[in-house]
Amino acid sequence: MTKVISNTPIRTRPWAAVIIILVGAAAIVLGLGASIVTGVANISFSTVWDSVFSYDLNNEHHVIIHSIRMPRALAGALVGTAFAVAGAIMQGMTRNPIADTGLLGINAGAGFVLVLVFAFAPWLPFKHIILFSFIGAGLGAGLVFSIAYFSKGGRMTPLRLVLAGAVVGSLLTGLSQALSLLFQINYDLAFWSAGGVSTAEWFQVSVMLPWIVGGLIVAILISRSITVLSLGEDVAAGLGQRTKWVKAMGTIVVMVLTGASVSTVGGVAFIGLIVPHIVRFLVGVDYRWIIPCSAVLGGVLVVFADIGAKMIAMPYETPLGSIIAVIGVPFFLYLARQERRELS
Amino acid sequence: MNMDILIHAQKRKKRSVKLILLVSVLLVLVFVISLNTGRYSIAPLEVWQTLMGNGSRKQNIVLFDLRLPRMIIAVFIGAGLAISGAILQGISRNGLSDPGILGINAGAGLAVLLFVSLYPATSLAPPFLMPFLALVGAGLTALLIYALSYKKGQGISPTRLLLSGIAVGAGISALTVILILQLNPRNFEFVVTWQMGSLWGANWKFVIALLPWMVILLPYVYLKSRTMNILSMNEQISGGLGLSINRERLVLLAAAVGLAASSVATGGGIGFVGLLGPHIARRIVGPQHQYMLPLTALVGALLVLTGDTIGRSIMENTEVPAGVVISLLGGPYFIYLLMRSKD
Repeated sequence: MTKVISNTPIRTRPWAAVIIILVGAAAIVLGLGASIVTGVANISFSTVWDSVFSYDLNNEHHVIIHSIRMPRALAGALVGTAFAVAGAIMQGMTRNPIADTGLLGINAGAGFVLVLVFAFAPWLPFKHIILFSFIGAGLGAGLVFSIAYFSKGGRMTPLRLVLAGAVVGSLLTGLSQALSLLFQINYDLAFWSAGGVSTAEWFQVSVMLPWIVGGLIVAILISRSITVLSLGEDVAAGLGQRTKWVKAMGTIVVMVLTGASVSTVGGVAFIGLIVPHIVRFLVGVDYRWIIPCSAVLGGVLVVFADIGAKMIAMPYETPLGSIIAVIGVPFFLYLARQERRELS
Repeated sequence: MNMDILIHAQKRKKRSVKLILLVSVLLVLVFVISLNTGRYSIAPLEVWQTLMGNGSRKQNIVLFDLRLPRMIIAVFIGAGLAISGAILQGISRNGLSDPGILGINAGAGLAVLLFVSLYPATSLAPPFLMPFLALVGAGLTALLIYALSYKKGQGISPTRLLLSGIAVGAGISALTVILILQLNPRNFEFVVTWQMGSLWGANWKFVIALLPWMVILLPYVYLKSRTMNILSMNEQISGGLGLSINRERLVLLAAAVGLAASSVATGGGIGFVGLLGPHIARRIVGPQHQYMLPLTALVGALLVLTGDTIGRSIMENTEVPAGVVISLLGGPYFIYLLMRSKD
């Protein structure tokens, strides 16, 4: 099987991928440090250093660093990774350049179920809430893909998926809004649905971490199969791949990664669109490289975007989702203009 | 043979007029029901007495100051958004176009919001100014989408139009969220409710602000129905029939933007009306714009009025914005249309 892949003329540049992973990892570490230093309270690097190695409970700055800034920075890196990898998997599985968990209604699905939980069972512990978020992500994905799949003509064109995603998204958001009006959870919810890591806390990070790491590992394990699948379903089946199994695994990974992220930071769109495209441009079309590189660059993007979210209108927070959308929209428009080549 | 066609056209006209009258009667019926419904319900006979000037003080206030302006606005907004959708569908030759989907409503909303957050002292911009602000936002958005989906030699491709509209809409929503979160909680509640398309708090000032737009633009579009018939044909045919396509298209687009902007300024972001109105009308009387347009306006009015009536009577202690009710009805219909479309 490996032989077959290496014989097919796939454009791929492993050295570029290695550089991306190394430089990206360094950038994440740097970004995490910068993120912890930035904020309304003026805290120096040496204080941060001290707080890590000689934590003082009575020092106000140490407490801020530990209870607010560290979980926030880490949550940013984690969700960036998760959204980017989810986007990469979807783009590979559906052979659709405009696949993103935000655009295809998956974030909205997770958000809707979370609103239901907040309205009817707010006493549930977070480690149970996150499970509902997975189900919600599956609900959103199921709706959008079955609409596109059962359409006349039967082809899942990118336009159809995006339209279905937009409508399912606005339907679920409408329902969420109605519910939150009724249960008066409006103001909190607005920031949350705009996407923001500013409220992330340790308990969320610790619940989310194993799920996201697990999702990443599975994603890397199936990355070779996704490369084969991205050549076309017929090709993959011809090469002896059990395409249904790969698709099922991929879908579960997307549900887990998206659900975990949305439960902590809300729906942030466009990460899963932007990052894999840039990565594919740099390293070629082999998902064994695309997935780990997307993971790293997704983390970098969100960590630095979140530093922006703190700094743009200090002392106010700018929603992370909005910042990413401002980058993502031109990107989307560019892809839409390429339709002759890629979308049909 | 010629006679046959003539008789056929005559029959068609008769049938269409009948159907339009039927829907008008339905609209009047819903209007009466809506007048009676609400937290303080007033029996039909009492409504009549109050309208004739013999009501109690409370009945007068509820009917004249609260319910009537709100319902008139619902009718106008419904008609305006539906006609706006009909124009957009006609000139883009795409049945899925709608001022909401294309981001035009969002652009109008952003302009109004920008004003509210720049001049927080006035917290509510003067009603007559709102449509103009919205017009600027909606107009710029429409131009942007038009420019983005235009390609030399190919004109406007429906696919690119929808994708650009969705993307621009997403960008505008992002900016809107940034602005909204900087409002204080009181303005925040107001803006969020307004954004969801609530007619709560509508009064006569808004009716007067909205009236000129509707009175001028709705008949104007109706007069253009022949042009729209030709425009919805193939580009070569319409050009061959001696129509300066690009000019007519831009004029109609301007009318669509004006209708959507004034509606959004008054009623907030009510989606799907521009999609549902024309589709339902087309199913009833067919694609001829001279019959389809009046029916579209009526269906749109019916939708928003019904949505608002349901929204304010469904819950005991709070209101569901009309926009939410309509999107719960309209979303599934859009999905149905999407699943039937071939491209």
